[in-house]
Amino acid sequence: MDKLTILADGAKYDAACTSSGVDRRGGRGMGSTMAAGCCHSFSADGRCISLLKVLYTNRCIYDCAYCVNRRSNDLPRAAFTPRELAELTMGFYRRNYIEGLFLSSAVWVSPDRTTEEMISALTLLRQEYGFHGYIHAKAIPGADPALTARLGLLADRLSVNIELPSEDSLHKLCPDKGKKAILAPMAQIRDGIAQAKGELVKYRHAPRFAPAGQSTQMIIGATPESDRHILTLTQALYDRYRLKRVFFSAYMPVGTSPLLPARREFKPPLLREHRLYQADWLLRFYRFRAEELLDEAHPNFDTRVDPKCAWALGHMEFFPVEVNRADYESLLRVPGIGVVSARRILTARRVGPLTFSGLKTLGVVLKRAQYFITCSGRMLEGLRVSPDGVLRHLVALEKPALAGYEPEQLSLF
Amino acid sequence: MDWPKFAYCYDGSFAGFLTCVFEAYANREEPVCFLTEGDGRVTLWPERTVEADQQKARRVYRSLDRSLGQQGRRLVSYGFLTCLEERELHLWDFLRLGYERGPAVVRDLTDPRVAALDRAVRHLTREAHLFKGFTRFSDQGGVLAGEIEPKNRVLPLLRPHFAARYPGEALALYDRTHREALFCQRGRWAILPLDQFSLAPPEGDELDWRKLWRRFYDTIAIEGRYNPKCRMTQMPKRYWGTMTEFQREEPPAAGAVRPT
Repeated sequence: MDKLTILADGAKYDAACTSSGVDRRGGRGMGSTMAAGCCHSFSADGRCISLLKVLYTNRCIYDCAYCVNRRSNDLPRAAFTPRELAELTMGFYRRNYIEGLFLSSAVWVSPDRTTEEMISALTLLRQEYGFHGYIHAKAIPGADPALTARLGLLADRLSVNIELPSEDSLHKLCPDKGKKAILAPMAQIRDGIAQAKGELVKYRHAPRFAPAGQSTQMIIGATPESDRHILTLTQALYDRYRLKRVFFSAYMPVGTSPLLPARREFKPPLLREHRLYQADWLLRFYRFRAEELLDEAHPNFDTRVDPKCAWALGHMEFFPVEVNRADYESLLRVPGIGVVSARRILTARRVGPLTFSGLKTLGVVLKRAQYFITCSGRMLEGLRVSPDGVLRHLVALEKPALAGYEPEQLSLF
Repeated sequence: MDWPKFAYCYDGSFAGFLTCVFEAYANREEPVCFLTEGDGRVTLWPERTVEADQQKARRVYRSLDRSLGQQGRRLVSYGFLTCLEERELHLWDFLRLGYERGPAVVRDLTDPRVAALDRAVRHLTREAHLFKGFTRFSDQGGVLAGEIEPKNRVLPLLRPHFAARYPGEALALYDRTHREALFCQRGRWAILPLDQFSLAPPEGDELDWRKLWRRFYDTIAIEGRYNPKCRMTQMPKRYWGTMTEFQREEPPAAGAVRPT
């Protein structure tokens, strides 16, 4: 039990906890996965618990300044054995506590040795215990490509953490890791996935290599990069490395290094993380590009309104959008209209023209959208707009949700 | 519509409801309310009691695909499982509209009759999805047993999920609200009405597993990001009652209360 505490404690700063991306019905053993993913619980910090998120071991040879498991940190250390880990996963899975396993690890002895240990644990779980649930494994930078390839055949999703948004910061804070070492396995996994997909088209029983794709995460707020830098990097990762997700993790003061923000008075930049996630969604589902959202003049997000509102206010010439004629992409650009609402609008307007009350029946929330749309050429009755007024109104709308963030906001003004 | 108005009395099953639809069309009557045996309501409309008839029900069910399309059939059969007030009347309105207008009716989301049903069905599927995660089983002599307290009748939607997830296990899941239980074993399954269902208190291994899980649950939260409001948005408190992480094992009853 103490072991579980220590190793879950070490893993909790990993942001990723998704079980999505692959649909698999149960075979002979136990378990299935669903494409939409499934959250089994939510912890006290409001984050989803979907996978049993643990480290294989927290004994580490590296000394990265921002990390709790760094060599120089005085912590109780532990390691699982493959059998313990498999028993634990099966026991939790049977009781429907979890959707699968998220196995990460500190680097113990060498990257190769660590990866081998992880492979043996996952092999035991998959083969002897017949586990068909979701497995997310962390690829260790610097490990032999052949080992990473074997890991990918056992796991549904692989991830390599990019750790920090720039090479400079990486060099300063974790002298043992390099940008190249991180990007090499990422490229390898991308190619592995592409190849396996190609083979699957030809042979039905071709082995599946990380069928749920790969993801990565970086720490926000420990180093001085701007939002623009981070978002551009994120976009490049999606484009070039075909990642499924990029996770952001607001830096929690766990280190004491002089290179890091001071421990006292430091508030984790949760609001910034939130805005980055909102922008990330815009990149992935709303067909926005990073250059549209931020530029040289505005390197950081407006904390008062969400990125889509901010974009809309800066591009009033694009609006109003005519609900009954606009295409899917234009509808998605309207603040307050999301993927679901846009789809429902497209469906419903095939039957007849939409009115504002019709939109309400559809379930479209108008409190933001009303300033940016027309129905059959008319704005909502009784609504007068000046760009200033819209901004003030939208800020007021966000206020209650931001109540918790107040102290941090004040420091930014 | 100038059909004479009737109150329909049926047994509360889906087949029973479909038979009502059949009878209503056959007799050219308009049902203005649907009564079931146990609900204790009285009505001033002339009553008609309808016996569930598999043959007639099947004829209506087959017509759904043809007249309303797959989407429409889904709305009707899921709609019957929702907790929508007067759901039979809403379904009846939707069916009337659907038989008149054909499969395109499901796209008319601004029509109040379609919108009401569609909203209820989305509530149902969303709740079912949440319960795929929030259900907790415990091992009771080799059988996985669990309880839930949903608003809608989610068991039929949960069945394929849990059957695929635990192909080699026997499982029992009880719905407290609707007093039904799902039993599932090696590809065979049944959903049966059940008035009494109580889980035996956990013992031995099961207790250890629960302790482990609670420990994991408490450990995984980051103190610096404590955000109870966000947790409540994602996982409202009405689900907490049946979840292991919020239960504390009571002290053994023998030690606490001793007859004098």
